Parts: sequence; C-alpha cells; structure tokens
Amino acid sequence: MLKRILLGILSVAVIAAVAFAVYTYKPTIDPVNPDQLSEFDPAVVEKGRILAGAGYCATCHTAADGAPYAGNYAMETGFGTIYSTNLTPDVETGIGTYSQAAFRRAMHEGVDREGHHLFPAFPYDHFTKMSDEDVDAIYAYIMSEVAPVSSEQKENELPFPLNLRVLQSGWKLLFADLGRYEADDAHSKEWNRGAYLAEGVAHCGACHTPRNALGAEKSDAQYAGAAIDGWIAPALTSTNPSLVPWSAAEFKSYLESGAAIYHGVAAGPMGEVVHAGVRELPEDDISAMSIYLADKVGAAEDDPAQSEAVLASLRNNRPDAAYRHDLGERLYATACASCHYNAEQIAQGRPDLGINSATNLEDPTNLIHVMLDGVSAPEGIPGVVMPGFRHALNDDELTAIAAYLRDKRAGKPAWPDLSKAVSDIRSQRASVH
Amino acid sequence: MIEFKINGRAVSVDADPQTPLLWAIRDEIGLTGTKFGCGIGMCGACTVHVGGRATRSCITLLEDVAGTEITTIEGLDAEANHPVQEAWRNLRVPQCGYCQSGQIMQAAALLQDIPNPSDDDIDAVMTGNLCRCMTYPRIRKAVREAATAMSGAKDNG
Repeated sequence: MLKRILLGILSVAVIAAVAFAVYTYKPTIDPVNPDQLSEFDPAVVEKGRILAGAGYCATCHTAADGAPYAGNYAMETGFGTIYSTNLTPDVETGIGTYSQAAFRRAMHEGVDREGHHLFPAFPYDHFTKMSDEDVDAIYAYIMSEVAPVSSEQKENELPFPLNLRVLQSGWKLLFADLGRYEADDAHSKEWNRGAYLAEGVAHCGACHTPRNALGAEKSDAQYAGAAIDGWIAPALTSTNPSLVPWSAAEFKSYLESGAAIYHGVAAGPMGEVVHAGVRELPEDDISAMSIYLADKVGAAEDDPAQSEAVLASLRNNRPDAAYRHDLGERLYATACASCHYNAEQIAQGRPDLGINSATNLEDPTNLIHVMLDGVSAPEGIPGVVMPGFRHALNDDELTAIAAYLRDKRAGKPAWPDLSKAVSDIRSQRASVH
Repeated sequence: MIEFKINGRAVSVDADPQTPLLWAIRDEIGLTGTKFGCGIGMCGACTVHVGGRATRSCITLLEDVAGTEITTIEGLDAEANHPVQEAWRNLRVPQCGYCQSGQIMQAAALLQDIPNPSDDDIDAVMTGNLCRCMTYPRIRKAVREAATAMSGAKDNG
C-alpha cells in the first residue's frame, strides 16, 4: 500500500518535472542577416519610434556614458545588479540576428532568440499585452534606425541560484500572465486604448505597483505605489497622496509636458518616462491613457481651483507678514537695535528704552529730540555718540518708532498727537540751523 | 578744524562740521574700508566704532565726534587678525563683500558686550546690518566661532 502511494507521488513528480521541462524549453530561432532584411515601411518605422519612446526603451537600454540602446545600464533590483542588453542591431553583441519572430517572442514571452529565459527586470509581463503589429513596429524602428554598436553585456551580479535562467521559467509560470491585452467591455473604447498603452508599452505598473518577495508585481495591489531607484512612485489609486485628486486633464498635461498645475512636475525616474518617451505618443493616445489613469485613481470632477486644499495651500504659502505689521518695530530693529541691545542685564550706557524717562513721560518731547538729533560726544557718556536721524527718517517713520517704544516697550497708553509733535520739534530745530 | 583720534592716530579734519563722519573718514582721511550703503543709517555698511560703540558713520555728523576715539575696519587689529576677522576668513563669510566691514565692526562690538551671544542675541543686534547676498547663516556662524575663540583666549590667558 505504502509502496503504491510512494509510486503515485513519484509518478506525479516525474510528470510535473517533464511538464515543467516542456514549458521551460524554448527552441533557438534561426538567426537572420540584418543586411538581407527587406525595407521597412517608413510609416511603420515612425510608429515604432514613437512606441519605443512610449516604452522609454532607451532609458534602461542605455548606460550613463554609453551609446543609445547599447545596453549595460545597471539596474539595482534588490536581488543584485542586472545589466541591460545591447538592443542595437549589432550582429555579434546586439540583436542584429533577431528575426521579427524572435523579437516578438522576446517581447511577448521573455525569451531571447537562443531560447534563454530573460530576467523579469525586462518588463515582458507588460509588453506581452502589446499587439503583434505594435511589437513589429518597434522591431522595424530598431533594425532600421538605431545604429549598430558593438558592446558586450556585462556579467550580471546575481547570487546563486537566482542567476539560473531556467528558474526564470518557474517565475514566469507563477507570476507572469502572458497574452495580448483583452478589452474590457465595461469601459469605453478610449479607456481600453489607455489601458492597452498604460499596462502594455508604457508599463506604468512596473514602477507604480508594489512587488512581492520574488519581485513580481502584486496583482491585487495594482498601482498601489512602490519604491523605485531611490524614489517613491506614488500610488495611482484612491490612496494617491496628492491633496488634489488627479483628473484626466491633469494626467494629460503631466504626460504631455511633464507638469500639471496641481501635481507639480515629473522628476527623478518619472522625468525620463515623460520626456524620453510617453509625450511622443499622439494626443489621442495620451488622452486615452489619462482617461484610464483618472479612472484608476478615482478622480473627482470638481474644479480643483476652488478646492479647500488648494485655497488652504495658497494661504499657507504667503509669508508670515507679522514682522512687517509694525513699521516702528521693524525700523527699531534696523536703526536702533545695533546699539540699544542688552543680554541678561542692562549695561552702563546702553539704555533699555522701555524703562527710561523719555519713553515713560506723558510728553514725547525728549524722545523726539534724541531721535532727531542724537547725542553728541560731549553729552551723555563722553566719547560715545548717538547719531541723529533727522536727515535719515521722515516724520512718519520717527512717529512709528516712538509709538512702538511707547506701546511695546514702556507699555504705556499712546501719546496723543505724536505725529504732530515730531513734525513740530523737527521744524523748531531746523530753524536754528 | 575738528580733532579726534582714528585707529589710535590723532587727526584734525578741516571740513563742514555737518559733514557725515563717513565722508571725512573716506575722503579726508583716506580710509576706504568703511563703505557707503544707504546713507540713512538703515543698512550698517558704514559701521565704525565711536568710543567702542558700533556707530553708523553715514548719519553721524563730524561735529558730534570731536574729541572721540574712532576705530575703523583698518584699525580693528593691526594685522587684520581680530578673532572676528579670522572667523570671517575661515568660514569664507563674504560673497560680494560690500557690507562685510560693517558686519565685522558690528560683530566685534557685539562680542565686547555679549561675549557668548545666543542666536537670538546675534539676530537682534545684527539685524540692522543688511547683506544683499544673504550670507546671514555664515555671518551668524562666524560670530559664534569668534565668540568661542575669544572666550578660549580669555580662559587661557
């Protein structure tokens, strides 16, 4: 009996292993000679250029100091560093020997021409949704417009056993949902076009969807936001942290220009997503993506200009004008405090103006005299001078300083007719000179 | 003739008694380290010491300083190594530099009176010395550094 059970288990295991081997095995696709490829239709090539932009292929397939598409861009995956491949049509080191079929298989199934499983750092789990026609257009563009560059791919820095490509097949089996985009009839044609682009070539989820322990996007947390390249790709769902909800109009502006009124600018990795590509898409396509993304984020239709969040932010952005409210206090800080200062105790000859008679008298005359004409060397402390402000400050300014000292420093009721007293005393002394 | 001492040297200036001290210092005596900024005592670029006090020379009349002892940036230290000047150099405080002689004179006066100033003390006293290059964070840092150097010198001495 036991023997039979063991045999049963063994045979299931063998069948599973064989099935996995069959699933895993991918044949080599015959190489082509790029010189013998027939001419591509210029319209198709142009479409491919736009789609390669929308997928910002060059961003990951170009090293910091390297030629476009020549690969060796280092991707820190969390499992180790993976270097991107050379996508130029170079025969030896690039994809020059890829037939259209081989390129399609790479994009749709994550398998290279020789049958090796590609690492999912290459987001074939998104590109698998792209139509044959669109994939073929990118192929046409690369084969005819990208200059071949000889550049060997650096060795990936992945620990064993993660470096085994055969295991990538298991990852694929577990996590990748291979197959073309299928329209959702519950939504409009535009929405579906947007979904096709966003989930396919633009692979938004590659950054904006969190990944599980094995690096696969969590299917139940699409667009929930994730860390990427030292930045945070914010959620594109109702948990998006912006105080103003994203709308289709905002998405459109952002994807077209890299900026949206209520959501700032595309910076960090997102800068390249917009400027190296998505904005190349025709306006209708960007509109479609915006409609799709706005639906995902659950956009409100209210006018953001009148939203409380916007109005409050505008209010808070105004500098605190408190320091400007009192002209007298401000003038005191610049004109007087350079000398009339004390720390813990009052120093000899540094009158603290709240307590002296000039500010506490019921008549401001003495204070005004000193402010206008200062204290010369023979007066006060011999050898020390307070300059007068007669020629520096006008009556309004002197009045403001005096009023400040009377109110804030002496804590006494305002002097009546202070302004007139200032102007009267100024004219008395002026007539002397 | 109005007589006073400047940087330890006795001078007599033959000029209108109503002349601002700044012009006497720059044009009559020829010490041009002190700068003209606003001319109304609001920016601090013209700060010198009169009787040890930071004084705005642009609005101080020549007649008022007769018999006083005046110090300008040139006389703050014979070797230009006053602790405030050293701190200014160490921290590369100046940007365009125009306001800096006034800043240094104000800071030196401050540290005479408040040897260990808090940031609030520094702000309260230095607010009247404007810096169009906005070097304020470095100015504040340099005042603190000079204060430390000066108190250290005192402890050692």
